[in-house]
Amino acid sequence: MDELLSEFLTETSESLATLDLELVKLEQEPNNPSLIDNIFRLVHTIKGTCGFLGLPRLEAVAHSSENVLGKVRDHELEVTPQAVSLILSSLDRIKDLLATLEETEAEPDGDDGDLITQLDAMAAGELAPVAEAAEPEAPAEPDIEVAELQRELKPGEVSLEELERVFQETEVEEAAPSPVESTPAAVAPKPAASAQETAPKAAEAAGKDKSGESSVANQSIRVSVDLLENLMTMVSELVLTRNQLLQMVRGHADSEFKVPLQRLSHVTTELQEGVMKTRMQPIGNAWAKLPRIVRDLSLEVDKKIDLQMLGSDTELDRQVLELIKDPLTHMVRNSADHGLEIPADRLAAGKPEVGKIVLNAYHEGGHIIIEIKDDGRGIDVARLRQKMLDTGIASEAELEEMSDQQIQKQIFAAGFSTAEKVTAVSGRGVGMDVVRTNIEKIGGTIDLKSVWGRGSTFTIKIPLTLAIVSALIVECCSDRFAIPQLSVVELVRASKESEHRIEMINETPVLRLRNRLLPLVYLGDCLNLADAENHKLTEGAEVFVVVTQVGTYTFGIVVDRVFDTEEIVVKPVAPILREISMFSGNTILGDGSVIMILDPNGIAASTNDVSVGESAGAAEERVQASAAADTTSILVFRAGNEQPKGVPLSLVARLEEIDVDSVEKSNGQLVVQYRGKLMPLVKMSDDYDLRETGRQPILVFADGEHSMGLVVDEIVDIIEDRMDIELSSARKGYLGSAVIDGKATDMIDVGHFLTKAFSDWFGLNETGAFGHAQARKLLLVDDSPFFRNMLTPLLEVAGYQVTVAGDADEALALRESGAAFDCIISDIEMPGMSGFELAEQLKSDGLWQQTPIVALTSHVDPEDFERGRKVGFSDYVGKFDRDALLTTLSETLAEKANVA
Amino acid sequence: MSTDYLDDSTNPHGTTDSEEFVTATIDGQLFGIPVLSVQDVLGPQNLANIPLAPPEVAGSLNLRGRIVTAVDLRRRLGLDPADREKSMSIVVDHHGELYSLLIDEVGEVLSVPVQDHERNPPTLDPRWREVSAGIYRLDGRLMIVLQVERMIDFVKVAAAA
Repeated sequence: MDELLSEFLTETSESLATLDLELVKLEQEPNNPSLIDNIFRLVHTIKGTCGFLGLPRLEAVAHSSENVLGKVRDHELEVTPQAVSLILSSLDRIKDLLATLEETEAEPDGDDGDLITQLDAMAAGELAPVAEAAEPEAPAEPDIEVAELQRELKPGEVSLEELERVFQETEVEEAAPSPVESTPAAVAPKPAASAQETAPKAAEAAGKDKSGESSVANQSIRVSVDLLENLMTMVSELVLTRNQLLQMVRGHADSEFKVPLQRLSHVTTELQEGVMKTRMQPIGNAWAKLPRIVRDLSLEVDKKIDLQMLGSDTELDRQVLELIKDPLTHMVRNSADHGLEIPADRLAAGKPEVGKIVLNAYHEGGHIIIEIKDDGRGIDVARLRQKMLDTGIASEAELEEMSDQQIQKQIFAAGFSTAEKVTAVSGRGVGMDVVRTNIEKIGGTIDLKSVWGRGSTFTIKIPLTLAIVSALIVECCSDRFAIPQLSVVELVRASKESEHRIEMINETPVLRLRNRLLPLVYLGDCLNLADAENHKLTEGAEVFVVVTQVGTYTFGIVVDRVFDTEEIVVKPVAPILREISMFSGNTILGDGSVIMILDPNGIAASTNDVSVGESAGAAEERVQASAAADTTSILVFRAGNEQPKGVPLSLVARLEEIDVDSVEKSNGQLVVQYRGKLMPLVKMSDDYDLRETGRQPILVFADGEHSMGLVVDEIVDIIEDRMDIELSSARKGYLGSAVIDGKATDMIDVGHFLTKAFSDWFGLNETGAFGHAQARKLLLVDDSPFFRNMLTPLLEVAGYQVTVAGDADEALALRESGAAFDCIISDIEMPGMSGFELAEQLKSDGLWQQTPIVALTSHVDPEDFERGRKVGFSDYVGKFDRDALLTTLSETLAEKANVA
Repeated sequence: MSTDYLDDSTNPHGTTDSEEFVTATIDGQLFGIPVLSVQDVLGPQNLANIPLAPPEVAGSLNLRGRIVTAVDLRRRLGLDPADREKSMSIVVDHHGELYSLLIDEVGEVLSVPVQDHERNPPTLDPRWREVSAGIYRLDGRLMIVLQVERMIDFVKVAAAA
């Protein structure tokens, strides 16, 4: 039997059983809204699924029941025994149909016109409180006319609705149809009796199903996760006991227990794996149905849809998987149905005819992230606004205060729908509300980003709590801790003698790692472990640095020892310990010991003033709009006077101390022999002198072949802060001043000093007054991180908002994501797609067709110049000619403005 | 004080006229924990240290695959910390979470007549009064009834203080 069908049968019979109960309850408490909602959802689900599976009879009955229930929910109808009975009888009908379906895999012939007529009449408020409706027998005869039904459901609507139900069906809980009566006066004469009658009948019917041909339901068993959880605990116990036994036997060379114990050991291992497997499933299982759903939907609504699924082998705890399955399905259907436009509209909007829906699942920082992205029309904020006004959700004044994103989030509110009319598919306002509820149930969050005209991205974040992860076990001050492997980038052994040693910048430990400085955190300090101080002071001791990444922030955690990695099941910590942000949970290791799981987010946040949690999601946000909210590590130093000076740490290759005696003069330039080469030294100003004797700290800047040392007095600190240059400076060598760590700090212009060392590093060295550009958005495409880092502050201080891309692909990805810029600056020579090719592509189609592109190159020759013009570059600037770049930019932008 | 009447709730059925307690001694004082809330009684255990935890938390341990948080009752009562090598513990269930209460020694299970119950003397040290659900007059000694909830809610107490 079709897998979908059998699943449908299993789930629907469960739903029906629940519905019976809920309906009877509803009759007793007719005003319980949560009961009605629940019933409504269950019926909605059944309806959707039937439609999807091509079961018109079932769907028609369910649809009509749902209509009635919808009225009840909206208080247009009252709950009366007649209504309940009517719905119950339609449930019975559904059960009969299902029984046949299971036997023959097809719906029986016949028609339910009688029942549907009654239901519709009730929905329309026309049904008199006649008792027929209440009789459960009435609906049982399936053979009548289909005509009514057919009329009601247009083909398009039907399929969509069905799809929706399919989604929801997966959740299957209990949908109970609640009948409603239009005539309030008509209090049923025998309400309780009829309800009771119906219920047993339903049970009977269900019973028949099961005993008879319900073989499908026997193919798989639903086991509660609690049971699995229990099993798992027992197995862990077994493993521990086995380990103990093994240890005991190891002492005796020829023990008669040896062989049986070995056998026991094998069996235990297999058992453990088996039980583990019952809990873990790749997320792909939840997606398996999607391609078909999307395919069918695309036919129904006549759209071309390309569904891409990435990361489908990301493993999830079964429980979590079950809970997100339906929301996911629902959301994909939503994207296909509402998100994507019809091909004609897409073409008109300059998009490819085929709409794209991308599903992506991955682990990140102790969470599982699932993205559902479409490149459709996005969410119309204006319409949402109007809708909110109309429905009185928010006043005009309140709306004024809300950001677009806040307004967009309104789609998650209960009962909110923007659909103009209720169709079989959508518009009842059940959808996103259900999605959100389900995700929040497992402690997850859902977020939405939508750009009108470019599409929407939903991001679901599910906490690790229920999942099994691989963790690195480390030791610090003789306590062991687990660090989730996902956030560990690499391990470095550091000792005084080895290549890697920990150095201090004013009490701040750092590690040189591949020409970068890595900020370090002592785990012992973080956790206030008693003897942490002693440990740190143990000179020459070998320590390990766990290089950890949280979002975009990379840092090192210093620990005493590193053990193995182990698969662990994260358990939440006791409520009295939840306050401690350093831990994300605890777990029991294979040897039976309890161990705390470190939360890298918490550690990063505690050692760092900025909220790293925010920057974790920043990578993408920067893509959307580089609002300069990101922080930069800034190296603060002193040179010449007391005024602190700063430079982005990422520009600094190394910190060195040189012996003043080793400084030589060559060709009027101070140089020092460094790593087998001569490295020029540059002073902050001409009247600033080196120390007479001793060691002089220098900052080494390097790019490819070149390196240069900037002579400073003292390195003060490394500070994580925003680099908002507030005062632009006319002084040579300074970009301006920024407030770093509460102090006004001069930000030095590294470019200025570079040109002092190498005239060919940059051509000009003038830091003139820049053109006015009020927060124009620039995209800088350059493969050299050095130039990116160099030019970004330069451009920012000139008033531009800069977004960077490391290569053409990244730039194109930005275009896909819908980012908009006033101007693009692109390098010509880049690995992969060159600047010429990029320009050609950008000019040929897409969002950036009108955006001017300025070429940036290290060698200007007329031929290149000509070629550049041809492929669509607006202008052409030498890489080292910073003034020309700024002038060109303001000219280009002015031109663009004029044209517009 | 209204809390003085809470002791009625420690009687599980309110119908019998005697109550059963697992007794324990801390610093020479006899304490009683309602027998129905006791899950397990353990000998000295290896406790895993929990850095940054409140001082009353002695650590955590593995009880048949479940993680149990150990609370040092001596500290909770403002006494010197427990000797972990020797301390026994009583495991209780609190809202589905297991806690192990470190005490000096576990005694027998006592069934005591309800009429021997006495309110907390108002002069009792506030730290003790807070966790005590009253006193039982036993033959020759007094037994303090521990309120399990209060023993574990010290975070809130500390925060409120």
